[in-house]
Amino acid sequence: MGVATYIKNEKGEIEEVTLQSGIEVKTIYGPEDLADFDYQRDLGDPGEYPFTRGIHPGMYRARPWTMRQYSGFGTPLETNERFKFLITHGQTGLNVAFDLPTQLGLDSDDSLAEGEVGRVGMAVDTLRDFEIAFADIPLERIGSGLTINAVASIMLAMYQATAEGYGFSLDRISATPQNDILKEMVGRGNWIFPVEPSIRLIGDTIEYSAKVMPRTNPVSVCGYHIRESGCTPAQEIAYAFEIAMTYIDHVLQRGLDIDEFASRISFNLDIFGNIFEQVAKFRAARRLWAKLLKEKYEAKDPRSMWLRGLFGGGGGGLTKQQPLNNIVRSAYYALISALSGTQTMALCSYDEAYTIPTPQAAVISLRTMEILLEEMGLRDTVDPLGGSYYVESLTKQMEEKITEEMRRVEEIGGMAHAVETGYIQREVARQAYLYEKALQEGRVHKVGVNIYREEEEEEEVTLHEYNPTAAEAQIKSIKEVRRTRDNRKVAQTLKDLEGAARRKENVMPFLLESVKAYATVGEMTRVFKEVYGEFKEPSIF
Amino acid sequence: MKDRRIRVLVAKPGLDGHDRGAKVVAQALRDAGMEVIYTGLHQTIDQIISAAIQENVDVIGLSILSGAHIPLCEKLMRGIKEENLSDILVVVGGVIPKKDIGKLKDMGIKGVFPGGTPFAESIQLIRENVK
Repeated sequence: MGVATYIKNEKGEIEEVTLQSGIEVKTIYGPEDLADFDYQRDLGDPGEYPFTRGIHPGMYRARPWTMRQYSGFGTPLETNERFKFLITHGQTGLNVAFDLPTQLGLDSDDSLAEGEVGRVGMAVDTLRDFEIAFADIPLERIGSGLTINAVASIMLAMYQATAEGYGFSLDRISATPQNDILKEMVGRGNWIFPVEPSIRLIGDTIEYSAKVMPRTNPVSVCGYHIRESGCTPAQEIAYAFEIAMTYIDHVLQRGLDIDEFASRISFNLDIFGNIFEQVAKFRAARRLWAKLLKEKYEAKDPRSMWLRGLFGGGGGGLTKQQPLNNIVRSAYYALISALSGTQTMALCSYDEAYTIPTPQAAVISLRTMEILLEEMGLRDTVDPLGGSYYVESLTKQMEEKITEEMRRVEEIGGMAHAVETGYIQREVARQAYLYEKALQEGRVHKVGVNIYREEEEEEEVTLHEYNPTAAEAQIKSIKEVRRTRDNRKVAQTLKDLEGAARRKENVMPFLLESVKAYATVGEMTRVFKEVYGEFKEPSIF
Repeated sequence: MKDRRIRVLVAKPGLDGHDRGAKVVAQALRDAGMEVIYTGLHQTIDQIISAAIQENVDVIGLSILSGAHIPLCEKLMRGIKEENLSDILVVVGGVIPKKDIGKLKDMGIKGVFPGGTPFAESIQLIRENVK
């Protein structure tokens, strides 16, 4: 059984299986399923168009996947300690979590931030916080994922200013801000500005990074959160691609050539689901993305056609009940990621279904990926499932399903419009409801939830405690910065920023000046709110 | 029970943006014949109370995943008392540890639905408690 619809006969044998993406699975697959299969056209060798088998020729033989656990706690100082701890334990990239006030552009001493400062991640108010968080981190060697969207432009400016301040060369640092606002509007909820100016801000970061920080990945398009909000695997890829195409179309309008920026757009996709449907999903996605870039956008550089990704998470599959089982689930999800040719891997920790991960749980996640890498032979050969009758057949069908879902979005006027009107949100919520009903009615099995339950179990587990002292320290720190900075300079840079926003110029150079003058995140966000207004959420379901 | 359809305000207080659960429950209540209004994200308690008055609802259902359910519920119950809205049934769902359920009920919250609560249970409690 798995995440699918099953029909059984009276003897309990499985008669029909329909995957979440709507594909019917046969009992046996054979040569007839690959009758029109063409190796060069449909797969190609790894590293060759259409990249179905992977974007690099040697894949994990040449270089293992990057391992990144999501972290970032309370104050910048605590975060810095955690970064160093994870790097000592073998982590090769950072993945920074920010607290909700920061994600929504509120300063730590804003009344709306009360009780949330440093709760789900690091609080950032000014450049001072970045300087502390990234002290003694070798930023030319360690890349940083920044889980930030609505104010990603501000954080990217902070990252640049920090790296410059510590003497790192801008063409060697690598930041990966999430910077995907459309998916926030669909699934994660941390939006501030309306659709159109939000897309423009993303365009600014793409254009600016291409010129100033070429190793930066300015956008990480997240099918992940849309999938976690309920959509099917095929919809996850379709919506992610439609979002990515919205950003690409916008940047092309500015006169950039596709090959100047497409290779720096990456994807964050979910590994929750049936093993083979997921592997097929990633292989189909790689093939389809390559085709889109080559045929629709006429990219010439093969790197523009690469679907580079973080295939990870799997949070939707974890359960609050019998939480240690989540360690096992995550190990299988990690296997999916490795079999799918990911560039970067990150796993939800076993306690993530009910709390912010404890340090111990985060290390178990890291060890899970390390065991897979070091002990299971996943580096031996590239795309080991390639050529399987089932997997190739499924890959083809997944590509068709994804294309079908993309057509649906395009028919109603594209992704920006579909998000503005709430079409996508409603479809995702509908899928979430269908899945929850299937769980409650026992049609989808979940160990510890609707089968193999332990009625007496208690949920007494270690929870991440909110630390009010850390919040107080943060508020003290922002007040201190406000008192000691050159406030005239701050006001001037903010005025310049507002002018640039009104003129629809690229705001990045202006943000950099404001950041360097120690303007706060709240101050810069207020400038944007004034010019752009705020997103009006279509609260439909 | 009332003759007219039960009106429910599903509300997301605070900064947390995860509303999958809120929307799933909203659909289940709607399928059970209730009229459901969803506030959308990032609502303050004051905004939720005025929405409840404006929409003339019988039930307020808070969805809280941030861990801040105790202070948020306290604030809502205080506001409800001040506005003389004690007829409104208040329920809360989300990531709620068992040890907090008693505290929430003592505040006057009739239904506490941690993630995974069967729809039938929430629906029944609402039907039985709407005045």
